[in-house]
Amino acid sequence: MQKLPLDGIRVLDITVVWAGPYCTSFLADLGAEVIRIESIAKFPPPPTRGIVPRPSEELIRSIGLTGGGLPGRVPGARPWNQVPAFNAHARNKRSMTVDLLKPEGLDIFKSLAKISDVFVENNPPATMDKLGISYDMLKEQNPEIIMLRMPAYGSTGRYKDFRGFGLHMESVVGHGLQRGYRDMDPTTNTSVLMADAAGGTQGAFAVLAALHHRNRTGEGQLVELPQAENVIPFLGGSFMDYSMNGRSASTIGNRHRDALQGCYPCLGEDRWVVITIADDTEWRAFIEVLGYPDWAMSEDFTDHISRYRNHDALDNYIAEWTSQWDNREVMELLQAVGVAAGPVFDQKDAYDDPHLNSRGAFEKAYQEDTGTHMYPGAPYKMSETPISIRRGPVRMGEDNEYVYKTLLNVSNEEYAELERAGHIGMDFQEGVS
Amino acid sequence: MAENHIPPQALSDIRVLDFTHYISGPYCTKLMADYGAEVLKVERPDGGDMARRSGPFPDDNPHHEKSGLFLHLNTNKRGITLNLKSAEGQKIVRQLVREVDVVVESFRPGVMARLGLDYESLRNMNSEIVMTSISNFGQSGPYRDFKGSEIAFYGMGGEMFTTGVAEREPLKMGGDVIQFQAGATAAVATMGAVFAARLQNIRQQVDVSIMETQVGSIDRRMPLLIAYQYTGEVSQRQSLNSAGGYPGGFYPCKDGYVELTGGRVYFSRIVKMLGEPEFLKDPKWYQPGAQQDDDLKAEFEEFFYPWILSRNKQEIWMAAQDARVLSGPLNTIEDLQNDSNFIDRGAFAEIEHPKAGTLRYPGRPFIMEKSPWAIRHPAPMLGQHNREVLIDLGYTDDEIVSLRQQGVI
Repeated sequence: MQKLPLDGIRVLDITVVWAGPYCTSFLADLGAEVIRIESIAKFPPPPTRGIVPRPSEELIRSIGLTGGGLPGRVPGARPWNQVPAFNAHARNKRSMTVDLLKPEGLDIFKSLAKISDVFVENNPPATMDKLGISYDMLKEQNPEIIMLRMPAYGSTGRYKDFRGFGLHMESVVGHGLQRGYRDMDPTTNTSVLMADAAGGTQGAFAVLAALHHRNRTGEGQLVELPQAENVIPFLGGSFMDYSMNGRSASTIGNRHRDALQGCYPCLGEDRWVVITIADDTEWRAFIEVLGYPDWAMSEDFTDHISRYRNHDALDNYIAEWTSQWDNREVMELLQAVGVAAGPVFDQKDAYDDPHLNSRGAFEKAYQEDTGTHMYPGAPYKMSETPISIRRGPVRMGEDNEYVYKTLLNVSNEEYAELERAGHIGMDFQEGVS
Repeated sequence: MAENHIPPQALSDIRVLDFTHYISGPYCTKLMADYGAEVLKVERPDGGDMARRSGPFPDDNPHHEKSGLFLHLNTNKRGITLNLKSAEGQKIVRQLVREVDVVVESFRPGVMARLGLDYESLRNMNSEIVMTSISNFGQSGPYRDFKGSEIAFYGMGGEMFTTGVAEREPLKMGGDVIQFQAGATAAVATMGAVFAARLQNIRQQVDVSIMETQVGSIDRRMPLLIAYQYTGEVSQRQSLNSAGGYPGGFYPCKDGYVELTGGRVYFSRIVKMLGEPEFLKDPKWYQPGAQQDDDLKAEFEEFFYPWILSRNKQEIWMAAQDARVLSGPLNTIEDLQNDSNFIDRGAFAEIEHPKAGTLRYPGRPFIMEKSPWAIRHPAPMLGQHNREVLIDLGYTDDEIVSLRQQGVI
């Protein structure tokens, strides 16, 4: 077998929704054995495994594609295994089920903690309290264990019990007002998940740092990643602007603070190209491609400062030109002379893109409830330990036999008893909603 | 800043030689440095990292030691200047490569090879070394040499196509968040390479394409790519008048704006937040299809707008939390920096810099109990550690003066 950087590391994962599962997907990609702990007795917070356990076709068609984009837009026998929101992060993971609200469920969890290296969760602090899961409890089972908790606003302070998605957290720390159209008010903002991406990624970095520390010292520890605070460094420029100048940035839309920049229409319906012109050299290259049009020679555009001052007029002229071209043609024309330009790719464009395909950005993977598809792979390449999709998106409870019988040495009789008691299964129980 | 009393840091045994500039690369090595790695940043003698020329600057006066972006991205690193094209510069680099575990670089693909610093050459200098290369579009493929920009990375790699509204052009996100995200991804991958080196004796090169960190991002692109595979449907930007559930989205209030996610399955929580008014007890609000009914939505908003417009964003956030409604105020950076919750939790750091003075910076992204984030020193001034580093390598003061005169450092 190909060696991977995290071979031999076992991660227990009771993460939900976006940020936590993205964190553990990095660890799974790198070779850790990530075991998702799920429950057939309780439906996790939407859209973790969809918005309800057994949605109607009508419901699925009425919601967005992250939660509703099941194959053919028709729910299968186990729709929770078919949700794009889940299957985006579920590669290379294992899944077991246990009802942690029952005493013997918690005992099973403790047995797993004894043989694991890392535990990751991103639930509200109250949820963990209710389950009776804490770092102290884990440490009793396994003194060297590393626990990463990812609460929204931290385990202390007046917002500690506040709920929210990444969307809300990034608004709280100031990103919400820095995105949006320059000429429309913030009520027209739409939802983004950049805080979840940041939380998942830096959560993975946190686990690696803690494992590194453990490798050196033998010490485990508790790591807290407050998701809102975790995003603040991403806003470093505007944060420092306030520190230096007392100024709170508002959105500049698609513009750049120094360069000339925009998103322009191209041939076809809803086709766009983005262009960034950083300096005089790029400007000269740009207008050469356009054939030195009269407007570009006018005094409104003689130097970078006047061009930036007349950005609105400039945008109109550029749009007039780009409208005559396919967006890929604009990219080729401008990149050939050293100007940053690229199409705004929809999902089909991404799959068709020769560059992404030449780099193997998509990999074929199979899962029983969704079939074979091309999935985006790890967001980086490693030359000697290639990171690939070794296993398709995990189905709920798919690894119960492995976890109970192989890892925990549960007998066949006990296993059957745990099935009857509502711990083990691959289907949500009747009545779970 | 006291150098003593700092507990052991997680990565203090990792030495990094850092040839990165602007945002993604420096953010990768900042994460490592802030958790203890010994990072030596190599800058060009003529002006250094281009981030030094990028704002914000105090009073908007450009100064290469006072760029807020640079100061933020380069905490805890030592810095030297080096002309990598000169023979002497090459000699110094070779010596430095022998003393580190990791090289991180963000030159255009091919530049390291032209400098004789491609991975194979680095391995010849130090067989233990691992290397992370961060570039716009990766080390291979037809776009390898293309220029990039924040908006291009998001447009081509990320979910820009569905960001914004259907009536308008696609929209980027704020500031440089995509390039920060790429830096964080590169830090994860670099740690992966460190693990393979230390535990499995495998040395390798990591290739991070900023565009691809978006293709594989949970920020909608990855799930929507998969949804396209499953359904053949391309995702669209929402219309301004989209018939989603209500209330949901961004609303004006007395002193700004708030986001509320309260439609559909969460509607009963909204009712609670509004104090369970009599008219919302009518069963019609709970019938199937009620959340898609424009007339009902209009009737609801007649009550809802006066409620929300007469309250400030903090009040609404509190009321929402009490009713378990997912919500958040659209804070300004001023709101954030003055919020005692974040101040008291230590989410910010006061850092003193010899030229820029004492300023408040973004603090730790996560809290490690036993091996914490710490500021040992501020971002380096251009060439600040030239002498210190060269003395360690065995150079004499005379030789250092001569290197400076030749423009090597």
